[in-house]
Amino acid sequence: MKILCGVKRVEDPDQKIKVNPDGSWIALDGINYKPNPYDEIAVEEALRLKEAHGSGEVVVVSIGGEESVTEMRHAMAMGADRGILVKVSERVDSDAAARLLAKVVEREKPDLVILGRQAVDSDQGQTGQLLAEYLGWGQATFAAKFESLESEEEKAKKPGLQVQDGKVRVIREIDGGLEVLDVELPAVVTTELRLNHPRYASLPGIMKAKKKPVEELTPADLGVDVTPKVKIRKLSSPPERKAGIKVPDVATLVEKLRNEAKVI
Amino acid sequence: MSNVLLVAEHLNQSLKKSSLHALEAARQIASRSGGKVFGLVVGKGVGEVANELARHGVEVLVADDARVEHPLAEAWSKVVEKAAKEVSATYVVAASGSQSKDVLPRVAARLGAGMASDVIGFGGEGAEITFKRPMWAGSVIAEVEITTPVKVLTVRPTDFSAAQPGEAGQVRSLELPDLGTIRTHFVEFRQVKSERPPLTEARIVVSGGRGTRGDFSPVEALADQLGAAVGATRAAVDAGWVPNDLQVGQTGKTVAPDLYIALGISGAIQHVAGMKGSKVIVAINKDPDAPIFQIADYGLVGDLFQVVPELQKALTGK
Ligand SMILES: Cc1cc2nc3c(=O)[nH]c(=O)nc-3n(C[C@H](O)[C@H](O)[C@H](O)COP(=O)(O)OP(=O)(O)OC[C@H]3O[C@@H](n4cnc5c(N)ncnc54)[C@H](O)[C@@H]3O)c2cc1C
Repeated sequence: MKILCGVKRVEDPDQKIKVNPDGSWIALDGINYKPNPYDEIAVEEALRLKEAHGSGEVVVVSIGGEESVTEMRHAMAMGADRGILVKVSERVDSDAAARLLAKVVEREKPDLVILGRQAVDSDQGQTGQLLAEYLGWGQATFAAKFESLESEEEKAKKPGLQVQDGKVRVIREIDGGLEVLDVELPAVVTTELRLNHPRYASLPGIMKAKKKPVEELTPADLGVDVTPKVKIRKLSSPPERKAGIKVPDVATLVEKLRNEAKVI
Repeated sequence: MSNVLLVAEHLNQSLKKSSLHALEAARQIASRSGGKVFGLVVGKGVGEVANELARHGVEVLVADDARVEHPLAEAWSKVVEKAAKEVSATYVVAASGSQSKDVLPRVAARLGAGMASDVIGFGGEGAEITFKRPMWAGSVIAEVEITTPVKVLTVRPTDFSAAQPGEAGQVRSLELPDLGTIRTHFVEFRQVKSERPPLTEARIVVSGGRGTRGDFSPVEALADQLGAAVGATRAAVDAGWVPNDLQVGQTGKTVAPDLYIALGISGAIQHVAGMKGSKVIVAINKDPDAPIFQIADYGLVGDLFQVVPELQKALTGK
């Protein structure tokens, strides 16, 4: 079984992100980068499927600058077999990313593509669905599982996706509950937070990852025009909530809610 | 002519309230672009949903057919594409619920359109509309331009008021396009049943986090006393204490109730992204330095297991 995963380099979601004074971009001083958290979940799931099936290959793809190799090496240290960097000099929008990925998929012919449900920088949440449409494949977004991340199944590192008889069964987190879909392979799946806890990279894993191959491609190699359909004109800070007060006790809280805020 | 197609999210028997907020956004676009708003309802046995939408003053296309009973993106995207072409839509708009997030990007690909997700407002001038949307978990608001002739949007219901009923529009049926081979198959839906008001529609939300240590009884008791919905942080959902449907935040629900009470919640940016539009925020946390206090209107430092019963008692006495 061959699985392709997307790995995007993003700003570490645990840091404060601020806009540049001129609104052209975010302030990049001192910013740390990480693989998109949902992509780590995608890689973990791919590795579990490969392990459960006893054979296969996990290929990671990143669209970005040379520095994105760091995030791919992280995925390879987790256990992914090799990487493909689609080298771009400027940020591409979700649509261009999907069209680039579609070309990589045509070359690699994986059975399954697993992407994150969204990247935590742009928060658009479109690439997986766009890719599925461009490939004419079925899709299942927001993949999770019935068991919680504290369950025995998770501790045993069981995959949440079930691949059988040319289909993948996916449990999806949707409004109102959990939906179960069977999607014929090849298919695109996007991950939700509750699919798994990604493993840490081990030291031997990190050593091995250094020797794993990374192929470099360009949009021109793939014949894709990356002119954006969605252009960012300007960034700004959201309005701040004005600071509130601390109340000393429950009686004061109730009094304020009744008479000042008038919400109860 | 720049018509707008509003794709309704619904629960088969009834229209989701979020669709009326999206309709308001669609109206705002139409009034600037000089077009007309059309509604689209897809599903099986959805006649009443179509009527309900039409009563809000829009002409509605309805694709009522067993083959599109479940909102499979592969099939629905083809129906939406057909409807968009039929009404010459320049804009395709829906509320940013899980259904539309799943389906609309495929529609965008089919229409060669650019798409903006989670739109919270509009910029630009006249018919040249730009779209404001959060990035980096709402730390940043981006103003974006869509350069394609057709534009696809999901809009955040909490940032638009609900459209009011108007002169009833016409309802007409839409023939399904050729759906081709559908490679996705519905198996089951395990619905979370709750007697409490829906999280996104409630006037009051009481949410619990890791500080509950898995005991949500104070959260639920307070919610029930106030007739409120129950929400949660990712930490609480990940641990399996409450269903996923209750998660508030960047990748959960966005809520904007009159009153949001956060119990044992630290106030991580990803959580705050889903509730900072609340009118009044109350935080109860035993750590005086918890970041949630920076956005709370009223903060109370204390142990939720002591404070909540006291609060319940105080609320009973007038
Ligand atoms: C990609 C990504 C997406 C995410 N999306 C979301 C999202 O949509 N929604 C979301 O909520 N999070 C999300 N998160 C997680 C987020 O970063 C935080 O980890 C999470 O919100 C923390 O939950 P918490 O406040 O319950 O737990 P903690 O941060 O552990 O806070 C618990 C708080 O409870 C207090 N406490 C403990 N005991 C008591 C007591 N007895 N009485 C009173 N207070 C007590 C503590 O002082 C502490 O402040 C996301 C993270 C990532 C990386």
